[in-house]
Amino acid sequence: MEMDKRLQLINISKTFPGGVQANKDVSLDVKRGEIHCLLGENGAGKSTLMSILYGEYHPDSGEIWLNGEKISIPTPKIAIEHGVGMVHQHFMLVPTLSVAENIIMGMKPLASFLWDMKEIEKDIARFAVERGMKINPSALISSLSVGEQQRVEIIKALYRGVDLLILDEPTAVLTPQETHDLFETLHKLAEQDFSIILITHKMNEVMEVADRVSVLRDGRVIGTLPIANVTPAILARMMVGRDVSFNLEKSERAYGEPVLRVQALNLIGDKNRQILKDIALEVCSGEIVGIAGVDGNGQNQLALCITGLMKPTSGHILFDRKEMAGKSPLEFLKTGVGHIPEDRHAMGLVMEDSVADNFMLQRYNDKFFKKLGFLNMTAIMEYAKKLVKFFDVRTNSVKTAAGNLSGGNQQKIIVGREIDRNPKLLVAVQPTRGLDIGATEYIHKQLLQQREKGAALLLISTELEEILALSDRILVMFGGRIVGETSAGRANVDKIGLLMAGMQAEKE
Amino acid sequence: MPAKKRNSSFFTFINLFPQILQQTLILPALALVLALLISAVLLMITGYDPLTSYSSMWEGVFGSVRVFTEVLLKSTPLILVGTGIAVAFRCGVWNIGGEGQFYAGAVLATWVGVHLSGLPPVLTIAAVFAAGVLGGGFWAVIPGWLKVKLKVNEVVSTIMLNYIMIGLTSFLVTGPMQEAKKLFPQTDEIVQAARLPNILPPTRLNIGFLVAVVTAIIIAIILFRTPLGYAIRTVGQNPETARYAGMKVNQSIIIAMLLSGGAAGLAGAIEVSGLTWRMFATISPGYGFDGIAVALLASNNPLGTILSGFLFGALRASSELMQMNAKIPSVLFKVIQGLTIAFVIAFSLLSRKTADEREAEKSEALTASEI
Repeated sequence: MEMDKRLQLINISKTFPGGVQANKDVSLDVKRGEIHCLLGENGAGKSTLMSILYGEYHPDSGEIWLNGEKISIPTPKIAIEHGVGMVHQHFMLVPTLSVAENIIMGMKPLASFLWDMKEIEKDIARFAVERGMKINPSALISSLSVGEQQRVEIIKALYRGVDLLILDEPTAVLTPQETHDLFETLHKLAEQDFSIILITHKMNEVMEVADRVSVLRDGRVIGTLPIANVTPAILARMMVGRDVSFNLEKSERAYGEPVLRVQALNLIGDKNRQILKDIALEVCSGEIVGIAGVDGNGQNQLALCITGLMKPTSGHILFDRKEMAGKSPLEFLKTGVGHIPEDRHAMGLVMEDSVADNFMLQRYNDKFFKKLGFLNMTAIMEYAKKLVKFFDVRTNSVKTAAGNLSGGNQQKIIVGREIDRNPKLLVAVQPTRGLDIGATEYIHKQLLQQREKGAALLLISTELEEILALSDRILVMFGGRIVGETSAGRANVDKIGLLMAGMQAEKE
Repeated sequence: MPAKKRNSSFFTFINLFPQILQQTLILPALALVLALLISAVLLMITGYDPLTSYSSMWEGVFGSVRVFTEVLLKSTPLILVGTGIAVAFRCGVWNIGGEGQFYAGAVLATWVGVHLSGLPPVLTIAAVFAAGVLGGGFWAVIPGWLKVKLKVNEVVSTIMLNYIMIGLTSFLVTGPMQEAKKLFPQTDEIVQAARLPNILPPTRLNIGFLVAVVTAIIIAIILFRTPLGYAIRTVGQNPETARYAGMKVNQSIIIAMLLSGGAAGLAGAIEVSGLTWRMFATISPGYGFDGIAVALLASNNPLGTILSGFLFGALRASSELMQMNAKIPSVLFKVIQGLTIAFVIAFSLLSRKTADEREAEKSEALTASEI
């Protein structure tokens, strides 16, 4: 029985500095010759768990058993020595070198100091064919398609003697045909007794390729089931959860006039990929419209378009009936658009700058902060002190660099700053990502208060519970489209979950 | 939770001082002392007496009024170029083109200085300075524009533009701008009214040094006390956030380059109008490149460049004397210069890290205490 299991993870826990608990008592086993899917939303802890297994992170507690032996994996090098290999979402290949050179990179020469490239290429070609893959070892990486590059990554891992292969969101970058080829390859490898762990958030892939599936949510394993025992509906429920834990006081309120009106919005990205397709939506004053959806289905780009940071390819963005499409971010700011951006590190804060500087970020040119054309440092400090107090930002002083605060307090700076600008429309993207309960609750209250004051709010979140708790109306996005709409009162979690996963709702 | 490793209390002590003092004075001074100590070992190994060497170096800086004014003259272009480079670096633009911008400013200033006659000295000098700023600024805006419009890497383009400008200068002083006598590869002398007034005869010290110091102060004020400077710094630290804040990222980059090149060009103008009175092909012994070191040593703080510019000016001037008197190769100053920069960078990182840890701890404690 035990020999049947190649890998066993027992009670793995991992907390990051800053308090985010990515894995909580995760136990998991993977059999020989099994394709095991890890399914979960972004931030559910799948990647962290696999990075622990691959030696990139170290668990705070828990055990890793491989082939019946308890081991510790301090580095990826040790992981490979134990036969654990990983193919990352972003390939680790040198584009200017050949396939063979990339595969042997970092390995010791077999017999002599000099490589016999011809011999190695022959060996690699034979090795690949034996495992059901075709590759030209002398081709340059830069000349290969994305799917072929991924194959090189897989061969690279196997060539190092790996028998447990982790693939992190392998289909995110692939075309449907390439995905099909990949799955075929994985099946062949499984037949040859290799074990495969596949990280994904796409349910249809799980149904197509997995032998067993483990669903992760909030860092915990919700359940591990053989594929024969599950349906997409079961998986959806496990993924998004049912229990609405937020209990917020929300008044009944009649909406006012529409503040934002988006019509026929299209965005075409690199390589002609349609990122947004025919988006139409309306947000009224005093209303919170929630956009639910799995990460990467165009919600973030939609937010960037509505705040002027990205120019849509076609369509209308009407703000108080004024056409805004194609205008600069500054003009959006001036018309009263507030924006809580998705990633406070990449956008929204200057981490090296002081709390005070971050509070006046968009208003650095305001009369209020200027005296004779120079920055009025006294006014800036006073303003920051007022906001720190009002929005309960826990900081040593307003001169402290924003990067030294905890995530929750950083987010409070952004939320406070945006709210204090009295926006007519507030676009909040993942406003509570990575925050603890206290900070989350605080920010939710602030958002509801804006609604009371008559602001229009567009809330974009991958956390369904958050959407359900705050929104008056819910839109679901998948593949760049709005695929469903429901009022908050009649929201059906199962149905929304299915829509989020790309399963079309039955026509009503 | 594992206990956090504490940084040495030394940097905790350093952090008691305001950041501006740390950046402009304390850390560079510490770095210099360490660099001098290590260089002393080098000197001993190679058979020189460090004490004699350093005392002759000291003599070369503070030995007499004359040598001290020579040091100030050497510092002038370094302060200006360093200030300019600091602005570009603060904006996240790696301007390595100080040398070319210095030459561009010098050439245009010389042309104006030679041909402008009949104006009172104040206006003539103002015109010469303006020409220097314009020349250097223009030469810096080119790579700025290329970066903004075509995403050309500014490190490559500024270095290339250095060679182009230096080559162009050689051509000009042997061709179109060569002196009337056509004897040497140099221009005619600039008119009397364009020459900077001397402030301490019989030394060569002129108002150029004061102009450099004032310029550094003005640019520091622009950078740290105006909305424009705030935008420039924000663009340098996080361009995405700058865009989000409605700042015009491209415009900020162009303006930063204009200021950066303008300062280097002004240095060229002062070198011509204050010292050489004419242009020749080798007018800069590498001020444009040393300016990068000056900016780095000052943590890209224009106020700090006044001191670091003086320091490198002193090293340069005194090492020449040292070579004459103590027969120590003058390249030693390059060793000291390099070591100082390496140390100052290491120190700033450590002191920043210590400061950050303390702040984070304090803020964390605040968060914890009220839950």
